[in-house]
Amino acid sequence: MEGQDTYTVFRAFADSWVLLAMFLFFIGVVVWAFRPGSRKIHEDTANIPFRYDDKPAGDRD
Amino acid sequence: MWDYLKLVLLGAAAVFMLYLASQSRDLAYTVAALIGLLSAVVAFIYGLRGMGHAKVPKTGYLDGPVRAGVILTAFWAVVGFLVGVWIAFELAFPQLNFAWAEGYLNFGRLRPLHTSAVIFAFGGTGLVTTSFYVVQRTSGARLWNDSLAWFVFWGYQITILLAATGYVLGATQSKEYAEFEWYTDWWLTIVWVGYLLLYMGTLMKRKEPHIYVANWFYLSFIVTIAMLHVVNNLSIPVSLFGSKSVQVFSGVQDAMTQWWYGHNAVGFFLTAGFLGMMYYFVPKQAERPVFSYKLSIIHFWALIFLYIWAGPHHLHYTALPDWAGTLGMVMSVILWMPSWGGMINGLMTLSGAWDKLRTDPIIRMMVVSVGFYGMSTFEGPMMSIKAVNSLSHYTDWTIGHVHSGALGWNGMITFGALYFLFPRLWNKTGLYSTRLVSWHFWLATIGIIFYAASMWVTGIMEGLMWREVDAQGFLVNSFADTVAAKFPMYVVRGTGGILYLAGALIMSYNLWMTVKKAPLARDASAAAPAE
Repeated sequence: MEGQDTYTVFRAFADSWVLLAMFLFFIGVVVWAFRPGSRKIHEDTANIPFRYDDKPAGDRD
Repeated sequence: MWDYLKLVLLGAAAVFMLYLASQSRDLAYTVAALIGLLSAVVAFIYGLRGMGHAKVPKTGYLDGPVRAGVILTAFWAVVGFLVGVWIAFELAFPQLNFAWAEGYLNFGRLRPLHTSAVIFAFGGTGLVTTSFYVVQRTSGARLWNDSLAWFVFWGYQITILLAATGYVLGATQSKEYAEFEWYTDWWLTIVWVGYLLLYMGTLMKRKEPHIYVANWFYLSFIVTIAMLHVVNNLSIPVSLFGSKSVQVFSGVQDAMTQWWYGHNAVGFFLTAGFLGMMYYFVPKQAERPVFSYKLSIIHFWALIFLYIWAGPHHLHYTALPDWAGTLGMVMSVILWMPSWGGMINGLMTLSGAWDKLRTDPIIRMMVVSVGFYGMSTFEGPMMSIKAVNSLSHYTDWTIGHVHSGALGWNGMITFGALYFLFPRLWNKTGLYSTRLVSWHFWLATIGIIFYAASMWVTGIMEGLMWREVDAQGFLVNSFADTVAAKFPMYVVRGTGGILYLAGALIMSYNLWMTVKKAPLARDASAAAPAE
Protein backbone atom coordinates (compact mmCIF):
# COMPACT_ATOMS: atom_id res chain seq x y z
CA MET A 1 0.00 0.00 0.00
CA GLU A 2 1.28 3.43 -0.91
CA GLY A 3 2.12 5.61 2.05
CA GLN A 4 2.24 2.79 4.57
CA ASP A 5 5.74 2.18 5.82
CA THR A 6 7.03 -1.23 6.85
CA TYR A 7 6.68 -0.36 10.51
CA THR A 8 2.96 0.30 10.23
CA VAL A 9 2.36 -2.89 8.27
CA PHE A 10 4.34 -4.97 10.77
CA ARG A 11 2.68 -3.29 13.70
CA ALA A 12 -0.83 -3.96 12.35
CA PHE A 13 0.05 -7.60 11.67
CA ALA A 14 1.68 -8.01 15.09
CA ASP A 15 -1.20 -6.67 17.14
CA SER A 16 -3.84 -8.64 15.26
CA TRP A 17 -2.93 -12.04 13.84
CA VAL A 18 0.26 -12.62 15.78
CA LEU A 19 -1.42 -11.66 19.03
CA LEU A 20 -4.25 -14.07 18.25
CA ALA A 21 -1.83 -16.85 17.33
CA MET A 22 0.17 -16.44 20.54
CA PHE A 23 -2.97 -16.34 22.64
CA LEU A 24 -4.28 -19.51 21.01
CA PHE A 25 -0.91 -21.22 21.53
CA PHE A 26 -1.03 -20.33 25.21
CA ILE A 27 -4.59 -21.59 25.61
CA GLY A 28 -3.48 -24.73 23.78
CA VAL A 29 -0.67 -25.27 26.27
CA VAL A 30 -3.07 -24.97 29.21
CA VAL A 31 -5.58 -27.36 27.62
CA TRP A 32 -2.74 -29.76 26.81
CA ALA A 33 -1.51 -29.68 30.41
CA PHE A 34 -4.98 -30.70 31.59
CA ARG A 35 -5.60 -33.33 28.91
CA PRO A 36 -7.04 -36.65 30.09
CA GLY A 37 -4.36 -39.06 31.21
CA SER A 38 -1.82 -36.33 31.94
CA ARG A 39 -1.94 -36.89 35.69
CA LYS A 40 0.01 -40.14 35.53
CA ILE A 41 2.61 -38.72 33.16
CA HIS A 42 3.06 -35.61 35.30
CA GLU A 43 3.42 -37.66 38.46
CA ASP A 44 6.14 -39.67 36.77
CA THR A 45 7.89 -36.56 35.42
CA ALA A 46 7.73 -34.76 38.75
CA ASN A 47 9.72 -37.62 40.29
CA ILE A 48 12.64 -37.44 37.85
CA PRO A 49 14.89 -35.55 40.33
CA PHE A 50 14.81 -38.55 42.67
CA ARG A 51 16.11 -41.10 40.16
CA TYR A 52 19.67 -40.53 39.01
CA ASP A 53 21.44 -38.96 41.97
CA ASP A 54 24.70 -40.86 41.81
CA LYS A 55 25.28 -41.90 38.25
CA PRO A 56 23.79 -41.67 34.76
CA ALA A 57 21.13 -44.14 33.71
CA GLY A 58 23.46 -46.12 31.41
CA ASP A 59 26.35 -46.66 33.88
CA ARG A 60 26.62 -50.16 35.31
CA ASP A 61 30.06 -50.08 36.88
CA MET B 1 45.01 -35.38 16.30
CA TRP B 2 42.52 -33.01 17.87
CA ASP B 3 44.85 -32.60 20.87
CA TYR B 4 47.65 -31.35 18.61
CA LEU B 5 45.31 -29.07 16.72
CA LYS B 6 44.06 -27.67 20.01
CA LEU B 7 47.60 -26.80 21.08
CA VAL B 8 48.30 -25.13 17.74
CA LEU B 9 45.11 -23.08 18.03
CA LEU B 10 45.86 -22.05 21.61
CA GLY B 11 49.40 -21.06 20.64
CA ALA B 12 48.07 -19.01 17.74
CA ALA B 13 45.52 -17.39 20.07
CA ALA B 14 48.30 -16.45 22.50
CA VAL B 15 50.36 -14.84 19.73
CA PHE B 16 47.30 -13.01 18.44
CA MET B 17 46.53 -11.67 21.93
CA LEU B 18 50.11 -10.47 22.24
CA TYR B 19 49.73 -8.67 18.91
CA LEU B 20 46.47 -7.04 20.10
CA ALA B 21 48.16 -5.92 23.30
CA SER B 22 51.03 -4.37 21.32
CA GLN B 23 48.60 -2.43 19.09
CA SER B 24 46.26 -1.40 21.90
CA ARG B 25 45.07 2.20 22.13
CA ASP B 26 43.90 2.25 25.74
CA LEU B 27 44.70 0.63 29.04
CA ALA B 28 41.43 -1.32 29.41
CA TYR B 29 42.02 -2.95 26.04
CA THR B 30 45.64 -3.78 26.88
CA VAL B 31 44.56 -5.45 30.11
CA ALA B 32 41.83 -7.37 28.24
CA ALA B 33 44.37 -8.60 25.68
CA LEU B 34 46.74 -9.66 28.46
CA ILE B 35 43.89 -11.55 30.18
CA GLY B 36 43.30 -13.28 26.84
CA LEU B 37 47.02 -14.03 26.52
CA LEU B 38 47.22 -15.44 30.04
CA SER B 39 44.12 -17.60 29.50
CA ALA B 40 45.50 -19.01 26.25
CA VAL B 41 48.89 -19.75 27.84
CA VAL B 42 47.33 -21.46 30.87
CA ALA B 43 45.08 -23.55 28.61
CA PHE B 44 48.10 -24.39 26.44
CA ILE B 45 50.21 -25.57 29.38
CA TYR B 46 47.29 -27.53 30.77
CA GLY B 47 46.72 -29.17 27.39
CA LEU B 48 50.44 -29.91 26.96
CA ARG B 49 50.71 -31.59 30.35
CA GLY B 50 47.71 -33.77 29.50
CA MET B 51 49.32 -35.00 26.26
CA GLY B 52 50.24 -38.65 25.98
CA HIS B 53 48.19 -39.71 29.00
CA ALA B 54 45.83 -42.59 28.44
CA LYS B 55 42.27 -41.35 28.08
CA VAL B 56 40.24 -41.80 31.25
CA PRO B 57 36.95 -43.51 30.38
CA LYS B 58 34.15 -40.99 30.58
CA THR B 59 31.70 -42.56 32.98
CA GLY B 60 29.61 -41.02 35.68
CA TYR B 61 28.65 -37.38 35.80
CA LEU B 62 31.02 -34.59 34.87
CA ASP B 63 31.14 -32.82 38.22
CA GLY B 64 34.52 -31.11 37.89
CA PRO B 65 33.08 -27.85 36.54
CA VAL B 66 30.32 -28.04 39.16
CA ARG B 67 32.86 -28.32 41.97
CA ALA B 68 34.88 -25.40 40.61
CA GLY B 69 31.63 -23.54 40.07
CA VAL B 70 30.25 -23.79 43.58
CA ILE B 71 33.56 -22.53 44.99
CA LEU B 72 33.62 -19.59 42.59
CA THR B 73 29.95 -18.82 43.26
CA ALA B 74 30.71 -18.44 46.97
CA PHE B 75 33.81 -16.38 46.13
CA TRP B 76 31.96 -14.00 43.80
CA ALA B 77 29.19 -13.66 46.38
CA VAL B 78 31.67 -12.29 48.92
CA VAL B 79 33.35 -10.03 46.34
CA GLY B 80 30.04 -8.66 45.03
CA PHE B 81 28.58 -8.04 48.49
CA LEU B 82 31.81 -6.43 49.69
CA VAL B 83 31.83 -3.94 46.81
CA GLY B 84 28.14 -3.34 47.47
CA VAL B 85 28.73 -2.54 51.13
CA TRP B 86 31.61 -0.27 50.17
CA ILE B 87 29.63 1.79 47.66
CA ALA B 88 26.66 1.94 50.06
CA PHE B 89 28.96 3.69 52.51
CA GLU B 90 30.44 5.83 49.74
CA LEU B 91 26.91 7.19 49.26
CA ALA B 92 26.51 7.82 52.98
CA PHE B 93 30.01 9.22 53.45
CA PRO B 94 31.23 10.76 50.16
CA GLN B 95 34.70 11.20 51.71
CA LEU B 96 35.21 7.51 50.98
CA ASN B 97 35.60 8.47 47.31
CA PHE B 98 39.31 8.99 47.98
CA ALA B 99 41.07 11.58 45.86
CA TRP B 100 43.99 9.24 45.13
CA ALA B 101 41.62 6.61 43.72
CA GLU B 102 39.60 9.04 41.64
CA GLY B 103 38.92 7.64 38.20
CA TYR B 104 39.33 4.06 39.40
CA LEU B 105 37.54 3.35 42.66
CA ASN B 106 35.00 6.15 42.92
CA PHE B 107 31.28 5.37 43.03
CA GLY B 108 30.79 5.72 39.29
CA ARG B 109 33.41 3.07 38.55
CA LEU B 110 32.49 0.71 41.36
CA ARG B 111 28.73 0.75 40.88
CA PRO B 112 28.75 -1.31 37.64
CA LEU B 113 31.45 -3.47 39.21
CA HIS B 114 29.04 -4.23 42.07
CA THR B 115 25.99 -4.90 39.89
CA SER B 116 27.90 -7.09 37.46
CA ALA B 117 29.72 -8.89 40.27
CA VAL B 118 26.49 -9.90 41.96
CA ILE B 119 24.34 -10.48 38.86
CA PHE B 120 26.77 -11.95 36.36
CA ALA B 121 29.61 -13.24 38.55
CA PHE B 122 27.70 -14.54 41.60
CA GLY B 123 24.32 -15.19 39.97
CA GLY B 124 25.66 -16.20 36.58
CA THR B 125 28.29 -18.59 37.90
CA GLY B 126 25.61 -20.03 40.20
CA LEU B 127 23.29 -20.52 37.23
CA VAL B 128 25.90 -22.11 34.95
CA THR B 129 27.07 -24.38 37.77
CA THR B 130 23.66 -25.51 38.99
CA SER B 131 22.42 -25.95 35.42
CA PHE B 132 25.34 -28.35 34.77
CA TYR B 133 24.39 -30.30 37.90
CA VAL B 134 20.64 -30.28 37.32
CA VAL B 135 20.64 -31.13 33.62
CA GLN B 136 22.76 -34.21 34.29
CA ARG B 137 20.67 -35.45 37.21
CA THR B 138 17.34 -34.87 35.53
CA SER B 139 18.46 -36.35 32.20
CA GLY B 140 20.27 -39.33 33.70
CA ALA B 141 23.11 -38.48 31.33
CA ARG B 142 26.64 -37.09 31.47
CA LEU B 143 27.18 -33.64 29.98
CA TRP B 144 27.29 -33.84 26.20
CA ASN B 145 30.96 -32.93 25.81
CA ASP B 146 33.62 -32.61 28.50
CA SER B 147 35.89 -30.12 26.75
CA LEU B 148 32.97 -27.92 25.77
CA ALA B 149 31.72 -27.92 29.37
CA TRP B 150 35.11 -26.75 30.63
CA PHE B 151 35.33 -24.18 27.85
CA VAL B 152 31.91 -22.75 28.73
CA PHE B 153 32.76 -22.69 32.40
CA TRP B 154 36.15 -20.97 32.16
CA GLY B 155 35.06 -18.87 29.19
CA TYR B 156 32.34 -17.39 31.36
CA GLN B 157 34.85 -16.63 34.11
CA ILE B 158 37.06 -14.85 31.55
CA THR B 159 34.04 -12.73 30.59
CA ILE B 160 33.72 -11.70 34.23
CA LEU B 161 37.39 -10.70 34.41
CA LEU B 162 37.19 -8.73 31.15
CA ALA B 163 34.07 -6.90 32.37
CA ALA B 164 35.44 -6.17 35.84
CA THR B 165 38.81 -4.82 34.71
CA GLY B 166 37.04 -2.82 32.01
CA TYR B 167 34.79 -1.04 34.52
CA VAL B 168 37.62 -0.01 36.81
CA LEU B 169 39.67 1.24 33.84
CA GLY B 170 36.75 3.07 32.27
CA ALA B 171 35.70 0.83 29.37
CA THR B 172 31.91 1.04 29.43
CA GLN B 173 29.15 1.51 26.89
CA SER B 174 26.92 3.07 29.56
CA LYS B 175 24.05 0.60 29.20
CA GLU B 176 22.82 -0.49 32.60
CA TYR B 177 23.57 -4.19 33.27
CA ALA B 178 25.17 -4.36 29.80
CA GLU B 179 28.07 -2.06 30.46
CA PHE B 180 30.86 -4.19 29.10
CA GLU B 181 32.34 -3.15 25.80
CA TRP B 182 32.21 -4.81 22.39
CA TYR B 183 35.11 -7.27 22.77
CA THR B 184 33.61 -8.71 25.96
CA ASP B 185 30.23 -8.86 24.20
CA TRP B 186 31.74 -10.85 21.32
CA TRP B 187 33.54 -13.22 23.65
CA LEU B 188 30.41 -13.80 25.73
CA THR B 189 28.45 -14.55 22.54
CA ILE B 190 30.92 -17.32 21.62
CA VAL B 191 30.78 -18.78 25.13
CA TRP B 192 27.00 -18.57 25.19
CA VAL B 193 26.58 -20.42 21.89
CA GLY B 194 28.77 -23.15 23.39
CA TYR B 195 26.55 -23.18 26.46
CA LEU B 196 23.42 -23.59 24.36
CA LEU B 197 24.97 -26.45 22.34
CA LEU B 198 26.15 -28.17 25.51
CA TYR B 199 22.76 -27.90 27.15
CA MET B 200 20.81 -29.04 24.09
CA GLY B 201 23.28 -31.86 23.48
CA THR B 202 22.86 -33.13 27.03
CA LEU B 203 19.08 -32.91 26.84
CA MET B 204 19.14 -34.92 23.62
CA LYS B 205 21.09 -37.65 25.42
CA ARG B 206 18.51 -37.85 28.20
CA LYS B 207 17.21 -41.20 29.38
CA GLU B 208 13.77 -39.88 30.34
CA PRO B 209 11.00 -39.35 27.79
CA HIS B 210 10.18 -35.98 29.34
CA ILE B 211 12.31 -32.93 29.96
CA TYR B 212 11.99 -32.01 33.63
CA VAL B 213 10.56 -28.52 34.18
CA ALA B 214 13.76 -27.10 35.73
CA ASN B 215 15.46 -27.64 32.37
CA TRP B 216 12.74 -25.71 30.59
CA PHE B 217 13.48 -22.71 32.76
CA TYR B 218 17.25 -23.05 32.37
CA LEU B 219 16.87 -23.43 28.62
CA SER B 220 14.63 -20.38 28.31
CA PHE B 221 17.25 -18.47 30.29
CA ILE B 222 20.01 -19.54 27.89
CA VAL B 223 18.02 -18.88 24.69
CA THR B 224 16.54 -15.55 25.74
CA ILE B 225 19.79 -14.16 27.13
CA ALA B 226 21.46 -14.99 23.80
CA MET B 227 18.81 -13.00 21.93
CA LEU B 228 18.77 -10.06 24.35
CA HIS B 229 22.54 -9.86 24.54
CA VAL B 230 23.06 -9.78 20.78
CA VAL B 231 20.34 -7.21 20.01
CA ASN B 232 21.15 -4.84 22.86
CA ASN B 233 24.86 -4.88 22.09
CA LEU B 234 24.68 -4.02 18.40
CA SER B 235 27.58 -1.61 18.27
CA ILE B 236 30.44 -0.75 15.97
CA PRO B 237 33.94 -0.62 17.45
CA VAL B 238 35.74 2.65 16.78
CA SER B 239 38.91 0.65 16.32
CA LEU B 240 39.62 -3.08 16.49
CA PHE B 241 42.50 -2.17 18.81
CA GLY B 242 40.55 -0.06 21.27
CA SER B 243 37.75 -0.55 23.75
CA LYS B 244 35.42 2.21 22.54
CA SER B 245 32.38 1.41 20.41
CA VAL B 246 29.36 3.29 19.09
CA GLN B 247 25.80 2.04 19.45
CA VAL B 248 23.82 1.32 16.30
CA PHE B 249 20.51 2.46 17.81
CA SER B 250 20.10 5.95 19.14
CA GLY B 251 17.55 8.04 21.02
CA VAL B 252 14.30 6.48 22.16
CA GLN B 253 14.88 3.34 20.08
CA ASP B 254 18.10 2.78 21.98
CA ALA B 255 16.34 3.41 25.29
CA MET B 256 13.58 0.97 24.44
CA THR B 257 16.05 -1.69 23.29
CA GLN B 258 18.05 -1.16 26.48
CA TRP B 259 15.04 -1.68 28.75
CA TRP B 260 13.67 -4.48 26.66
CA TYR B 261 17.05 -6.04 27.43
CA GLY B 262 17.22 -4.75 31.00
CA HIS B 263 13.88 -5.97 32.15
CA ASN B 264 14.25 -9.33 30.49
CA ALA B 265 17.66 -9.70 32.04
CA VAL B 266 15.65 -9.54 35.28
CA GLY B 267 13.00 -11.81 33.79
CA PHE B 268 15.15 -14.49 32.22
CA PHE B 269 18.47 -14.24 34.06
CA LEU B 270 17.31 -13.45 37.58
CA THR B 271 13.89 -15.10 37.36
CA ALA B 272 13.67 -17.94 34.83
CA GLY B 273 17.18 -19.20 35.55
CA PHE B 274 16.68 -19.14 39.30
CA LEU B 275 13.26 -20.75 38.92
CA GLY B 276 15.15 -23.62 37.32
CA MET B 277 17.07 -23.82 40.59
CA MET B 278 13.86 -23.63 42.61
CA TYR B 279 12.16 -26.42 40.69
CA TYR B 280 15.07 -28.76 41.35
CA PHE B 281 16.53 -27.87 44.73
CA VAL B 282 13.33 -27.18 46.67
CA PRO B 283 11.84 -30.62 45.86
CA LYS B 284 15.22 -32.26 46.54
CA GLN B 285 15.73 -30.59 49.89
CA ALA B 286 12.09 -31.19 50.90
CA GLU B 287 12.38 -34.76 49.62
CA ARG B 288 9.07 -34.60 47.83
CA PRO B 289 8.09 -33.80 44.26
CA VAL B 290 6.92 -30.36 43.24
CA PHE B 291 3.39 -29.51 44.45
CA SER B 292 1.76 -29.39 41.01
CA TYR B 293 3.53 -30.28 37.81
CA LYS B 294 0.65 -28.86 35.76
CA LEU B 295 1.03 -25.53 37.52
CA SER B 296 4.73 -25.54 36.74
CA ILE B 297 3.97 -25.95 33.02
CA ILE B 298 1.48 -23.08 33.09
CA HIS B 299 3.89 -21.01 35.21
CA PHE B 300 6.56 -21.53 32.57
CA TRP B 301 4.52 -20.62 29.50
CA ALA B 302 2.76 -17.69 31.13
CA LEU B 303 6.10 -16.28 32.25
CA ILE B 304 7.57 -16.72 28.76
CA PHE B 305 4.64 -15.03 27.06
CA LEU B 306 4.34 -12.10 29.44
CA TYR B 307 7.81 -11.10 30.62
CA ILE B 308 9.05 -10.01 27.22
CA TRP B 309 6.47 -7.17 27.10
CA ALA B 310 7.16 -5.59 30.47
CA GLY B 311 10.29 -3.54 29.60
CA PRO B 312 8.59 -0.20 28.70
CA HIS B 313 7.58 0.34 32.35
CA HIS B 314 11.16 1.51 32.88
CA LEU B 315 10.46 4.44 30.56
CA HIS B 316 7.23 5.99 31.85
CA TYR B 317 6.96 9.75 31.21
CA THR B 318 9.83 9.81 28.73
CA ALA B 319 10.04 10.18 24.95
CA LEU B 320 8.64 6.66 24.64
CA PRO B 321 5.12 6.72 23.11
CA ASP B 322 2.39 6.58 25.74
CA TRP B 323 0.79 3.44 24.30
CA ALA B 324 4.08 1.54 24.69
CA GLY B 325 4.31 2.55 28.34
CA THR B 326 0.71 1.52 28.94
CA LEU B 327 1.34 -1.83 27.25
CA GLY B 328 4.35 -2.43 29.46
CA MET B 329 2.37 -1.48 32.55
CA VAL B 330 -0.58 -3.75 31.74
CA MET B 331 1.69 -6.70 30.93
CA SER B 332 3.62 -6.12 34.16
CA VAL B 333 0.43 -6.25 36.19
CA ILE B 334 -0.75 -9.43 34.44
CA LEU B 335 2.67 -10.93 35.13
CA TRP B 336 1.83 -10.88 38.80
CA MET B 337 -0.40 -13.95 38.27
CA PRO B 338 2.12 -16.48 36.91
CA SER B 339 4.72 -15.20 39.38
CA TRP B 340 2.46 -15.96 42.30
CA GLY B 341 1.48 -19.25 40.70
CA GLY B 342 5.16 -20.16 40.77
CA MET B 343 5.57 -18.96 44.33
CA ILE B 344 2.59 -21.02 45.49
CA ASN B 345 3.99 -24.02 43.66
CA GLY B 346 7.33 -23.66 45.41
CA LEU B 347 5.86 -23.09 48.86
CA MET B 348 3.22 -25.81 48.63
CA THR B 349 5.91 -28.34 47.71
CA LEU B 350 6.43 -28.33 51.48
CA SER B 351 2.81 -29.24 52.26
CA GLY B 352 2.90 -32.22 54.55
CA ALA B 353 6.50 -31.47 55.47
CA TRP B 354 6.18 -28.09 57.14
CA ASP B 355 7.92 -29.47 60.23
CA LYS B 356 11.17 -29.36 58.21
CA LEU B 357 11.03 -25.59 58.60
CA ARG B 358 11.87 -26.01 62.26
CA THR B 359 14.66 -28.52 61.84
CA ASP B 360 16.25 -27.68 58.50
CA PRO B 361 17.68 -24.16 58.10
CA ILE B 362 18.41 -24.86 54.42
CA ILE B 363 14.74 -25.39 53.63
CA ARG B 364 14.00 -22.29 55.69
CA MET B 365 16.37 -20.37 53.46
CA MET B 366 14.67 -21.69 50.34
CA VAL B 367 11.20 -20.88 51.67
CA VAL B 368 12.19 -17.32 52.54
CA SER B 369 13.70 -17.06 49.08
CA VAL B 370 10.47 -18.12 47.40
CA GLY B 371 8.63 -15.74 49.74
CA PHE B 372 10.81 -12.87 48.55
CA TYR B 373 10.18 -13.95 44.96
CA GLY B 374 6.47 -13.51 45.67
CA MET B 375 6.99 -10.22 47.46
CA SER B 376 9.16 -8.59 44.82
CA THR B 377 6.93 -9.84 42.00
CA PHE B 378 4.06 -8.09 43.75
CA GLU B 379 6.04 -4.92 44.38
CA GLY B 380 7.31 -4.77 40.80
CA PRO B 381 3.93 -4.75 39.04
CA MET B 382 2.70 -2.21 41.57
CA MET B 383 5.64 0.08 40.84
CA SER B 384 5.05 -0.28 37.09
CA ILE B 385 1.64 1.40 37.41
CA LYS B 386 2.11 4.90 36.07
CA ALA B 387 0.63 6.70 39.09
CA VAL B 388 2.89 4.81 41.48
CA ASN B 389 5.84 5.11 39.13
CA SER B 390 5.57 8.90 39.04
CA LEU B 391 6.39 8.80 42.75
CA SER B 392 8.80 5.88 42.86
CA HIS B 393 10.87 6.34 39.73
CA TYR B 394 14.42 7.70 40.10
CA THR B 395 14.13 7.23 43.87
CA ASP B 396 15.74 4.70 46.21
CA TRP B 397 12.51 2.75 46.27
CA THR B 398 13.65 1.17 42.99
CA ILE B 399 16.97 0.21 44.58
CA GLY B 400 15.11 -1.33 47.52
CA HIS B 401 12.87 -3.30 45.17
CA VAL B 402 15.82 -4.64 43.19
CA HIS B 403 17.57 -5.73 46.37
CA SER B 404 14.59 -7.48 47.91
CA GLY B 405 14.54 -9.51 44.71
CA ALA B 406 18.29 -9.95 44.40
CA LEU B 407 19.25 -10.48 48.05
CA GLY B 408 16.02 -12.18 49.06
CA TRP B 409 15.11 -14.31 46.08
CA ASN B 410 18.30 -14.85 44.05
CA GLY B 411 20.73 -14.77 46.95
CA MET B 412 18.82 -17.04 49.31
CA ILE B 413 17.95 -19.70 46.70
CA THR B 414 21.60 -19.79 45.60
CA PHE B 415 22.81 -20.14 49.20
CA GLY B 416 20.31 -22.98 49.61
CA ALA B 417 21.66 -24.65 46.46
CA LEU B 418 25.26 -24.24 47.66
CA TYR B 419 24.44 -25.80 51.03
CA PHE B 420 22.75 -28.63 49.16
CA LEU B 421 25.59 -29.18 46.70
CA PHE B 422 28.77 -29.02 48.80
CA PRO B 423 28.24 -32.19 50.84
CA ARG B 424 27.14 -34.10 47.75
CA LEU B 425 29.96 -32.94 45.51
CA TRP B 426 32.63 -33.82 48.06
CA ASN B 427 30.83 -36.97 49.17
CA LYS B 428 30.23 -35.89 52.76
CA THR B 429 27.54 -37.03 55.16
CA GLY B 430 26.39 -33.48 55.67
CA LEU B 431 27.42 -29.91 56.32
CA TYR B 432 30.10 -29.01 58.86
CA SER B 433 27.64 -27.04 60.97
CA THR B 434 23.88 -26.54 60.78
CA ARG B 435 24.08 -23.93 63.50
CA LEU B 436 26.17 -21.74 61.24
CA VAL B 437 23.53 -22.09 58.52
CA SER B 438 21.02 -20.74 61.02
CA TRP B 439 23.35 -17.83 61.76
CA HIS B 440 23.68 -17.15 58.07
CA PHE B 441 19.92 -17.35 57.63
CA TRP B 442 19.14 -14.81 60.33
CA LEU B 443 21.95 -12.41 59.44
CA ALA B 444 20.87 -12.43 55.80
CA THR B 445 17.15 -12.07 56.56
CA ILE B 446 17.63 -9.22 59.02
CA GLY B 447 20.09 -7.60 56.64
CA ILE B 448 17.51 -7.63 53.83
CA ILE B 449 14.86 -6.16 56.12
CA PHE B 450 17.21 -3.31 57.09
CA TYR B 451 17.96 -2.78 53.43
CA ALA B 452 14.42 -2.91 52.03
CA ALA B 453 12.80 -0.94 54.87
CA SER B 454 15.33 1.90 54.75
CA MET B 455 15.00 2.15 50.98
CA TRP B 456 11.21 2.29 51.17
CA VAL B 457 11.40 5.12 53.65
CA THR B 458 14.04 7.11 51.84
CA GLY B 459 12.53 6.39 48.42
CA ILE B 460 9.05 7.58 49.28
CA MET B 461 10.48 10.48 51.25
CA GLU B 462 12.58 11.78 48.38
CA GLY B 463 9.75 11.19 45.90
CA LEU B 464 7.47 13.34 48.04
CA MET B 465 10.16 15.97 48.59
CA TRP B 466 10.77 16.30 44.85
CA ARG B 467 7.15 16.98 44.09
CA GLU B 468 6.42 19.28 47.06
CA VAL B 469 5.40 22.80 45.98
CA ASP B 470 4.51 25.83 48.05
CA ALA B 471 1.41 28.00 47.80
CA GLN B 472 2.94 29.91 44.87
CA GLY B 473 3.68 26.70 43.00
CA PHE B 474 7.46 26.81 43.53
CA LEU B 475 9.38 23.65 44.38
CA VAL B 476 10.17 23.56 48.09
CA ASN B 477 13.21 21.31 48.16
CA SER B 478 16.42 21.36 46.21
CA PHE B 479 18.04 18.09 45.20
CA ALA B 480 20.73 18.58 47.84
CA ASP B 481 18.01 18.82 50.52
CA THR B 482 16.86 15.30 49.68
CA VAL B 483 20.44 14.01 49.76
CA ALA B 484 20.92 15.46 53.25
CA ALA B 485 17.60 14.04 54.46
CA LYS B 486 18.51 10.55 53.25
CA PHE B 487 21.69 10.25 55.30
CA PRO B 488 20.35 8.21 58.25
CA MET B 489 18.63 5.77 55.90
CA TYR B 490 21.84 5.32 53.93
CA VAL B 491 23.64 4.32 57.11
CA VAL B 492 20.86 1.82 57.92
CA ARG B 493 21.12 0.41 54.40
CA GLY B 494 24.88 0.01 54.69
CA THR B 495 24.41 -1.76 58.02
CA GLY B 496 21.97 -4.18 56.40
CA GLY B 497 24.63 -4.83 53.77
CA ILE B 498 27.21 -5.59 56.45
CA LEU B 499 24.86 -8.15 58.02
CA TYR B 500 24.23 -9.78 54.65
CA LEU B 501 27.97 -9.85 53.88
CA ALA B 502 28.69 -11.33 57.31
CA GLY B 503 26.21 -14.09 56.54
CA ALA B 504 27.99 -14.86 53.26
CA LEU B 505 31.36 -14.99 55.07
CA ILE B 506 29.94 -17.44 57.60
CA MET B 507 28.62 -19.51 54.72
CA SER B 508 32.04 -19.55 53.04
CA TYR B 509 33.68 -20.68 56.27
CA ASN B 510 31.04 -23.37 56.79
CA LEU B 511 31.42 -24.68 53.24
CA TRP B 512 35.20 -24.64 53.49
CA MET B 513 35.07 -26.63 56.72
CA THR B 514 32.56 -29.02 55.14
CA VAL B 515 35.13 -29.92 52.51
CA LYS B 516 37.99 -30.06 55.04
CA LYS B 517 36.43 -31.60 58.12
CA ALA B 518 33.00 -33.16 57.58
CA PRO B 519 33.04 -37.00 57.65
CA LEU B 520 32.95 -38.89 54.35
CA ALA B 521 29.76 -40.59 53.29
CA ARG B 522 30.01 -44.38 53.34
CA ASP B 523 29.47 -45.49 49.75
CA ALA B 524 32.48 -43.63 48.44
CA SER B 525 32.66 -45.71 45.27
CA ALA B 526 29.23 -44.72 44.02
CA ALA B 527 29.88 -41.00 44.09
CA ALA B 528 33.60 -41.05 43.35
CA PRO B 529 34.48 -38.21 41.03
CA ALA B 530 34.92 -39.38 37.48
CA GLU B 531 36.74 -36.71 35.56
